[in-house]
Amino acid sequence: MYVSTHRLPGRALLRSVPANVLALGLVSLVTDVSSEMVTAVLPLYLVLVLGLNPLQLGVLDGIYAGVTTLVRLAGGHVADRRQRRKLVAAAGYALSAFAKLGLLAAGASVGALGAVIAADRTGKGLRTAPRDALISLSTPPERLGQAFGVHRTMDTLGALLGPLAAFGVLAATGGAYDAVFLVSFCVAALGVVLLVLYVRDRRESVAAEPLALVSVLRDRAFRRLCGAAALLGLVTVSDFFVYLLLQKRLDIAPHLFPLLPLGTAAAYLLLAVPLGRLADRRGRVVVFLGGHVALLGAYLLLMGTPTGALVLVAVLVLHGGFYAATDGVLMSVAGAMLAGGVRTSGMAVLQTAQAAARLCSSIAFGALWTAWDARTGLLTMAGGLVLALLTAWRTTR
Amino acid sequence: MKRALILATATVTLAAIAIAYSVLAAAADPAGPGTALDTARPGRLLFRDESGRVASVAATDPGGPRQVSDTSCQRFHAAAGTAVCLISEVRSGLPATSALILDHDLHETRRIQLAGIPSRARVSASGRMVSWTVFVTGDSYNVGGFSTWTGILDTRTGYPIINMENIQLYLDGKRYHAADVNYWGVTFGADDNLFYATVATRGRTYLVQGDYARWEARVLRADVECPSLSPDGTRLAFKKRSSPTTWRLHVLELATMRETALAETASVDDQALWLSNTAVAYARGGGVWSVPADGTGTPSLLIPHAGSLTVSG
Repeated sequence: MYVSTHRLPGRALLRSVPANVLALGLVSLVTDVSSEMVTAVLPLYLVLVLGLNPLQLGVLDGIYAGVTTLVRLAGGHVADRRQRRKLVAAAGYALSAFAKLGLLAAGASVGALGAVIAADRTGKGLRTAPRDALISLSTPPERLGQAFGVHRTMDTLGALLGPLAAFGVLAATGGAYDAVFLVSFCVAALGVVLLVLYVRDRRESVAAEPLALVSVLRDRAFRRLCGAAALLGLVTVSDFFVYLLLQKRLDIAPHLFPLLPLGTAAAYLLLAVPLGRLADRRGRVVVFLGGHVALLGAYLLLMGTPTGALVLVAVLVLHGGFYAATDGVLMSVAGAMLAGGVRTSGMAVLQTAQAAARLCSSIAFGALWTAWDARTGLLTMAGGLVLALLTAWRTTR
Repeated sequence: MKRALILATATVTLAAIAIAYSVLAAAADPAGPGTALDTARPGRLLFRDESGRVASVAATDPGGPRQVSDTSCQRFHAAAGTAVCLISEVRSGLPATSALILDHDLHETRRIQLAGIPSRARVSASGRMVSWTVFVTGDSYNVGGFSTWTGILDTRTGYPIINMENIQLYLDGKRYHAADVNYWGVTFGADDNLFYATVATRGRTYLVQGDYARWEARVLRADVECPSLSPDGTRLAFKKRSSPTTWRLHVLELATMRETALAETASVDDQALWLSNTAVAYARGGGVWSVPADGTGTPSLLIPHAGSLTVSG
């Protein structure tokens, strides 16, 4: 019987994805359950149990971005220099796991909480690039998009389950936040065990240059990719603003507000594999840029006057589609471009450039919104997005 | 095979730890049957105890025996037989916050669905006007941003304003437009129309005086948060930034606009509550403290392990 390779059913799809990618996906799924458990309840805990005000919460939020950036680059360097990707990733996963116990130990001390959150984010910074490098090194180049699609689907599934688990524990224990943190630690520890047991390290020849960063940045095509990603990151409005704008524009009842991020995640979950496979067949850069066209569509809908459920669904599908077409796809572009020995450093640089640009965009959009209004902010970002897309199209092809 | 065995052992061990801890945490919940409380009965102090339930003590003997009700709230305030209770709960697997309006027996008369995290709650002295503040954050604490949503309910008309950010705001006498205005911490005057609140815009916080019927508010001064109007209506207690990380309680005399720093030197993050015309109370370090309202004296611990203080009556 003829089975179309273009429409793989689930089982055949899983068989066509390398075991190491599935193992990494499972680790990410379990770890995301753990980390999203904490993310879901941490603001409640900080405000209701510890009495922090919004300003303090904002300080805890933003202060460690710089630390994470440095850690990510350093982690990428070590992973490449020693060719120990699994070890660096495991250190990152373990650090984040112990940060959950740290939340139990920190008590009400804002300083200690800050340190614990910094440790958690340091762990995230450490693990992301080696993990993505392992995914790409375990996969034949022509299937990178699909492999990242499967990984991100599993990752997002974990992120969706995390809050359910957290509120389940809260409901079952009559509001014991410490139980949430401990259960989260146990789940994270299981993730580390899965990583140690089932993920295989991929070692390449050690980079010729003592500093992998230098050789990565000497590659002109890769520099252009980083530039394009950063440029597009500068005109990417942060998720929170998107949800806030949706809520205001469509006059969504406040109690439905927590559903908005779920809409994006659901679209991401459904689209990550198809768009990853499309990227493998039709060109990854095209799909990556196409994702930003979807984002542009979401901006235009947010700016427009039409209201109603259709606009809501359209914006969330475009927003989730944007992530599905860009997040893993960008890593598959980089994976096909970077030599194996310096892949972790390259991915760390790329992720850092994008993250730094998005941080700037958050600040810029907030300023535009404040100085004029949300519409002007969106219009500016949309205009910038068109220019960035044209530039990226010319430089990355 | 060996790997599978290790994984199974680790899974069972971790699951056992998680379950055992959760069971112990659930058992540690001291919730027994509560007693009836009447918020309109004078001479009592009402507060939220460490288990989250509304409790009361005699105002003359705050260290004395406590009556604990069955009502749990994350923020609570009551006046003249009306109470507001902000709760966060899980509905269909999602976090949900509601403002419950309660009668003097703490029976629910109205439920308003909100989002976010409970922050402030107040009832006007007459029991007519109810206000609350919640704030919403991004879905991930890694992605910054928060927004406060402050609501006002007129219990006489039953009309709720879910988010007061569309009020006409005047800064330096001119109509001020900005999309980023965030209001919090409303306190109503005796006429149930005049009110004070905090507004934050462009990174600064201001004290505003509002007129509910005309639906407008004007800025009085900067760097002020969480005002609380004295029972005689002549003074405002609020917290004011005294260093980048310290918010200190002050009292402003409205006739002269003269400000006095109170004797509490530690940073306070609470909307102060007037115990009388001469003393204010506030939450700090897990308990409720009181300090004279004229800048003299020293702070004293009024009720340990408590928050959301209310004077009954």
